[in-house]
This record gives sequence, C-alpha cells and structure tokens, in this order.
Amino acid sequence: MEIELEQGWEIVLRGFNKLKNIVEGLPEPQFTSEDYMKLYTTVYTMCTQKPPHDYSQQLYDRYRESIEDYITSTVLPSLREKHDEFMLRELVKRWTNHKVMVRWLSRFFHYLDRYFIARRSLSPLNEVGLTCFRNLVYLELNGKVRDAVISLIDQEREGEQIDRALLKNILDIFVEIGMGQMDYYENDFEDAMLKDTAAYYSRKASNWIQEDSCPDYMLKAEECLKREKERVSHYLHSSSEPKLLEKVQNELLSVYGNQLLEKEHSGCHALLRDDKVNDLSRMFRLFSKIPRGLEPVSSIFKQHVTGEGTALVKQAEDAASNKKSVGLQVFVRKVIELHDKYLAYVSDCFQNHTLFHKALKEAFEIFCNKGVSGSSSAELLATFCDNILKKGGSEKLSDEAIEETLEKVVKLLAYISDKDLFAEFYRKKLARRLLFDKSANDDHVTDLTLARENQTSFEEYLGNNANANPGIDLTVTVLTTGFWPSYKSFDLNLPVEMVKCVEVFREFYQTKTKHRKITWIYSLGTCNLIGKFEPKTMELIVTTYQASALLLFNTADRLSYSEIMAQLNLTDDDVVRLLHSLSCAKYKILIKDPNTKTISPTDSFEFNTKFTDKMRRIKIPLPPVDEKKKVIEDVDKDRRYAIDASIVRIMKSRKTLCHQPLVMECVAQLGRMFKPDIKAIKKRIEDLISRDYLERDKDNPNLFRYLA
Amino acid sequence: MSRSASRKAGQSDSSTPITSSAGGLFRSATGKASSKEMERIDNVFYSYANKSSGLIDPEGIEALCSDLEVDHTDVRILMLAWKMKAEKQGYFTLEEWRRGLKALRADNVHKLKKALPELEKEVKRPTNFVDFYSYAFQYCLTEEKQKSIDIESICQLLDLALGFQFRAQVDYFIDYLKIQSDYKVINLDQWMGFYRFCNEISFPDLSNYDPELAWPLILDNFVEWLRAKQT
Repeated sequence: MEIELEQGWEIVLRGFNKLKNIVEGLPEPQFTSEDYMKLYTTVYTMCTQKPPHDYSQQLYDRYRESIEDYITSTVLPSLREKHDEFMLRELVKRWTNHKVMVRWLSRFFHYLDRYFIARRSLSPLNEVGLTCFRNLVYLELNGKVRDAVISLIDQEREGEQIDRALLKNILDIFVEIGMGQMDYYENDFEDAMLKDTAAYYSRKASNWIQEDSCPDYMLKAEECLKREKERVSHYLHSSSEPKLLEKVQNELLSVYGNQLLEKEHSGCHALLRDDKVNDLSRMFRLFSKIPRGLEPVSSIFKQHVTGEGTALVKQAEDAASNKKSVGLQVFVRKVIELHDKYLAYVSDCFQNHTLFHKALKEAFEIFCNKGVSGSSSAELLATFCDNILKKGGSEKLSDEAIEETLEKVVKLLAYISDKDLFAEFYRKKLARRLLFDKSANDDHVTDLTLARENQTSFEEYLGNNANANPGIDLTVTVLTTGFWPSYKSFDLNLPVEMVKCVEVFREFYQTKTKHRKITWIYSLGTCNLIGKFEPKTMELIVTTYQASALLLFNTADRLSYSEIMAQLNLTDDDVVRLLHSLSCAKYKILIKDPNTKTISPTDSFEFNTKFTDKMRRIKIPLPPVDEKKKVIEDVDKDRRYAIDASIVRIMKSRKTLCHQPLVMECVAQLGRMFKPDIKAIKKRIEDLISRDYLERDKDNPNLFRYLA
Repeated sequence: MSRSASRKAGQSDSSTPITSSAGGLFRSATGKASSKEMERIDNVFYSYANKSSGLIDPEGIEALCSDLEVDHTDVRILMLAWKMKAEKQGYFTLEEWRRGLKALRADNVHKLKKALPELEKEVKRPTNFVDFYSYAFQYCLTEEKQKSIDIESICQLLDLALGFQFRAQVDYFIDYLKIQSDYKVINLDQWMGFYRFCNEISFPDLSNYDPELAWPLILDNFVEWLRAKQT
C-alpha cells in the first residue's frame, strides 16, 4: 500500500509535535512501542517506494526544516528574552532538549541514515540536527554566553559562590558543538577567557607587588595557581589547564619576577640571610614553572654563598693578623659547616636542581681559592687534616668523627684548583705523622713494616757479633726513597759515640744487600740522653741534632756559636733553631750569654748544671723547619713536568695542532690536579720547541707540529 | 740542438755534428773562461787568507773591510756572508768565498765593492729577507750545539739586521731586553717571532696584538711592558 508524501508527512509531524510537547514538559504521554513502530514504518515505506514515490530527499530536507522551524519559533525567542545567569540556564535546558529531540528524531528517520544518506554521502541526521542548533542558536548567542561565563568566573575569583555545575554544562556545549573539534571552544570561549584572566591577574599583581612582602606575594601567587587549577577541574575543559596556568604564571611571576626577588627587605637575598627555608622552597616551586625563572634565583643564591664564604675568609685574616693561631683551624671548620648548610639548601629547598648545585660549586670555587694570610687553601686543608689525625692535635675526635670530617674535607677539595699542592702538603705531613706519631696506624704502610723487620734482623746480627756492638741502643728505620717526601740530608758531624753506631749498621746492611745505597737523614732522628744535673739526673728526649750539640759540652764547659757551628757542620738556620730550643725555650739546658731572647752569632753557651724539672724525663721539642716554601717549589717543579708531558702527549696524538686548542686541551687534561697558568704553558711549549720536540709551522705561526 | 741555438748570432752555422767530442770542445771553452775567473777569485782569497789555516780569519776580514771601505760591523759584511752561505762567524773558507764572489760576479775587490749596493737591494727583497734574517741568527751561534744567543749580542744583532727597517720597534725591544730578567738568552723561535711582530703588529698602538695567539712569551711580556709605559 502506497503512502503519499503529505499523507506520510502528517503522521511524522504528529510524532514530531508529540516529541516537542514531551520535551517542553507539557503533559503528554510517552511514546509507546506502537507509536514508534508507526513512525519508523512510515518513514521506511516512504523511502523504499518506487519512484516517483520515493520521498527520501524530501524527508531529509523536511527533517532539517522542521528542526529549524522549531528553533526559530520556540527556542530562540525564549533565549532572547533572558539575560546573564538566567539566559545561561535556559540555554542549558534548550540544548539538553535539543539533544533529546535529535536523538529521537534520528530513530524515527533512521532508515534515511542507513541507505539514502550513506549512498549520497550526506551529513548524517544527528549532525544535521546539531548543526541547526549551532547555526541558529549558538552563532547568535555565543558572544553573550561567553561574556556571562567570564563574568561569573571573575566573580568566583573575587570570592563569591557561583553555580559551577551550570558553567560546566555551558562549557560542555562549546565543546560538543564542535562535534569532535575543539575550535569553537577555543576560539569562541577560551581565547577571551585567557585574555580576561591575564588582565585580571595583571591588575592584582600590580597592586600586590607594591603592598606585599615577597613571601606574602608568593603565598598569594601559590594560592591563585591552586585555585585556577581547581577551576579547571570544576568546569573548564582539561585542555585549558596548561594555557590558563601559563597566563597566571606569566602575570604574577614573569612580569614581576625581578622586582619580587630583589625586594629589599624580603626578597631572595633577605630570605637567604634569614634562613627562611619554607619561603625559599616556595620560591623555587613557583619560579621553576616559568621559563628561565630559576636563573636569577640561583644567581642570587650564588652571590649570597660567595658573600658568606668571603666573610669567613676575612674573619680568618683578621684572626691571623691578631696572632690567633687557632683561627685557621676554626676557619676550615666553619667552611665545612657553611658547605653542609647550603648543600642542605640545595637538596631541600631547591630539590637538587642542577642550577643550584652549579651555583654552590661556583661560589665555593671563588672563595675557597683565596688563601688566608699567605697560606693557600690547599695548605690550610692539609694542616686541618693533620691536626685531626695526629696525636696531640688540637682536636680530639672519635674515629667515626674523624672519618666523617675527612669526607667533608674531600668535598671541599673538589673546589680547590691546586689539588696537587694539597697532595704534596698532605704527603709531607702524613710522613711526619708516620715517622713520629707512635699512635699512627702504620699497619698499612709496607715500608715501615719492612723497616721494623729490618730492625729485628739488625738486633739479631748484634746478638751474634759481639765485637759489632756499638755500645748504645740503636734503632734504625730504613725508608725507600720515592715513597717518602724528599728530605735534605746534611753532613752532620756526629758525636764519636754515634759514629760507631752508624758504622755497625752500615756493615750489617751490607750483609743484607749490596745494591742499595743508604743516605742518613739525621734531621729525623731522636735521641735519649742522660743529663747529670746537680739537682737530679734526668732523661732528655731530643732530636739527633740537639743531642749532637749537647754532647759537645761533655768535653767543653763553654762554647761559642761559631765553635758549635763549626763542630757540627750545620747551616746557620739549623744551628739557630736548635740552640734556641735548648736555651731560649721552655727548658733551658744551656745558659746563653747574653741572656737575650734570640740567638745571634756572637752568643756563647754553657751547660746549665743547675737545670731541673719536676719530671724525671722531659721531651725538648725542636720546631720543624717551615716546609712551606719547599713544598711550593716541589709542586711547581712537578707542574712543569706535568705540563710538558701533557703537551707532548697531546701533540703526539694530534701531530699538528694550533696554539689555542693546544692550550685548551692542556688545561682540560691537567684540570684534575691543578689549574695551569696560560703563561706557564706557553713557556713549556717554547722549551719543547728548543728541545726539538715540537716545531712551529713555517707558514702558519699559530700551528705546531710534533717532531717524532 | 740546444747547443747550436746558443751560438751567438752572426756565427756561420757550422755543420759540425753534435758529438761528444764537439760537446767536450764547447764545454772546455766555457770552462776555460770560468776557470780564469775562478783563478782570479782564488787569488783574492789567498791575499786575505791566513797562510797556516788556509781560511780568511777575522784579521783578514778586517783587512777586506778596509779595502772595501766598509766598517767591519756594517750589515753589508753580514749580507756578504749570507751570500757566501758562510758557516762560521769571522771566517770564510775557499768554497764559501768562491760561492759568494761567483754569484756576485766579482773577481776582484773593486768589482766586489761595486756589487755591494746590488747585494743590499737583493737582501732587502721580502722573499730573501726572511732567509737573511734567520741566517743572521744562526751565523752567530759559535759553539757547537749552541741554540741561543746572549742578550747583549742579540741587541747588537737586532740593531744590525732590523734597525734600518723597523727602527722604533728595535729600539724599544732592545730597551726591554736589557731591563727584563726572565730570559738570559734568545732562541731562534723568539728571534723569528720578533720579525713577525714587526711586520704584523701596528706600532706603537699595538692594537692588533693578541696574547692568546702563539706569540712567544717574551713578546707578550714586551707588549705588557710597552702598554704599561704608555699609560
């Protein structure tokens, strides 16, 4: 049975009106299955009838027209007469209705979707329906809607309560109207919202920056960012989040960043000075979000640490000029503490960020390489370690504390450019501790172990050879040169009693090995003398040098400076030092004439028979020669060799290389131990040229060539 | 074929085939002329040479200078030595003498004297001068294995070799060398470096001097000293 167009359309229209009523909320019974079937079948028939009675095209057109009619006659007027929030509510209602309508209509007209639309590649019914709404309603109203929404957002920002669900629904329209594209949301809403946000925070920031301290401002900023993030989760589309936060960060932090950091009494400097770790942590969190935001912060941090360190240096200088010798030890301690403190800042407040590690490193490199009153920092660190490690040093620490402290010293060592200088000072002091400190942990030192074995077999030898007896108890420590710092040996004229000892030992040593040469270092020996003083006999523990001088008085009552020097065959420096220790220091074993405080070459000396002390046994210290100059000389010499070796190594592998790259590579290679002076490198290059290791290229004077 | 081409114009084209004997004839003809010249050169040599050593020694050179009417400290004697490629300062061997005088085409003292201005011009040509300048240094190395020259001698040598060309630089550098204490001797690299300095660096402003380049250290120090003086 055939259906005519108008006939069939009447049926459809009836269904349409019923739908309208339902959607409008008018009393209207729901569709029954029969209702639905009737409508569906009507459409079906009209589409499948043979031409000229197939009405697919007409149905498709009328579908759209009906929707448009409905919108124009009912929907739009109701929207136009409302404003602001009311308008928004109405829009949500109308949109929801529309979606329902389109859904139902699509079901009725479903057959169109299946064949007609597919075959002609037309827009599906669903899309047609939504497009009607968009073209008629959305296009007209989206501007007003947007303004209303933004106004509500700003109200919420000012602290008012708003209907968040409403806004969510409205913004969903912007999204859904795009039917898969975000264009409408972005162009018709988001852009304006972002602009408004920027303007809003710009106003706020310009007020706050005048009135608030840095910490307060930062608190507000953090709060704003938190709120905006919540806003997104409540009603904005998630894609807005990064853009929104970026705008807020820009207005609050980027624009006013420098002003904020440099606020005089509350800015970054002040926070560091007052140890405001919480505020600094907040500062880090906030500034890490803006591009290059951390650079000024880390720069201020570096300045601050440098300042603190330099102040410590100055303090130490002042203490040193006031002759407080303990000042240097304290200085190193304080530097260690400073390092601990700000390392903690880097890991806690600044979340271990590389910029801050770098800032800390650079700051320490600046002031750690300043010496204090003539002593380089390399020397200070070595002395510090020595004091901790040696028996009778100025600090008494447990083994764990020692190890902990040494670990911290190693960290500081990383900042010092003259690492080789430190190594040399440390080695010298270590050697001294090993040789003189009975408490030293010498199990690890093979050489000393060998030395002890040596001594044992020497004693055996003496036991077996009666005529080899030197008459005095003798202990000899044989060190292997090269393992130990170089010690100068002088030709001390030994007292006759000791000469025999040396002879005996030499003979013994020949029996052990014929290929080694022994050089005696009398400056390191110690001697136990028995002094027969009138009050009482006492035992004196002295150095070999001191003993040699004292024994001279066994055969003479009075000796002049020059006589002593001639007999001992030592340098002025040594003679002055040792005579001072025996006549001008705590224990006056010799009486000096004239009785002044210093030794002069015109002095004379007598044995002090009346000397006594409450103890039976005393140690008379001989202050060591200041090794500083020698250490620096030795290190300079080693550096020259190191630079030579480095240059040769580089040139050997490169064959030809220009001056600047050569210098750069050399500096890089040697950086682990010290920072070579550019002039020194140049000098070594010239030396190598004159020794025919290198030559300068004839055509390019900046180019060097390796000569095999 | 080339031999016939080298015959002077006007000569009848002899049909003598070019055989070895004819070539030998030709050779001996020029040889004869040159041997005469060499004889004269040798004669001059012997007139100045020391009888026992067979070399012209410093005394002989002085005599030669006086005959040439040139002071024995004059740079032209050094140039002559250069032309001869003389190895030892103060002495000329027969071979060196022959080499020099033959090149200058002088077989007597008079011709030699006349050749000096031309020699000077030749030396001053930039391509030759570097060679001469380098030679001047090496000529002064008197001991075997000697690689550097003491400051005093260097000052004299600088004045002699470069004074006419770079008077200002030489004077300042000589002043500096005398007051500095880093270097007691100057080596060839530093010597050549100074010449390069005179040529490349604008003086006295020194505006294009860059100590980061491979200039010898002594010149870096020299420039520092100059700049300090200028302020």
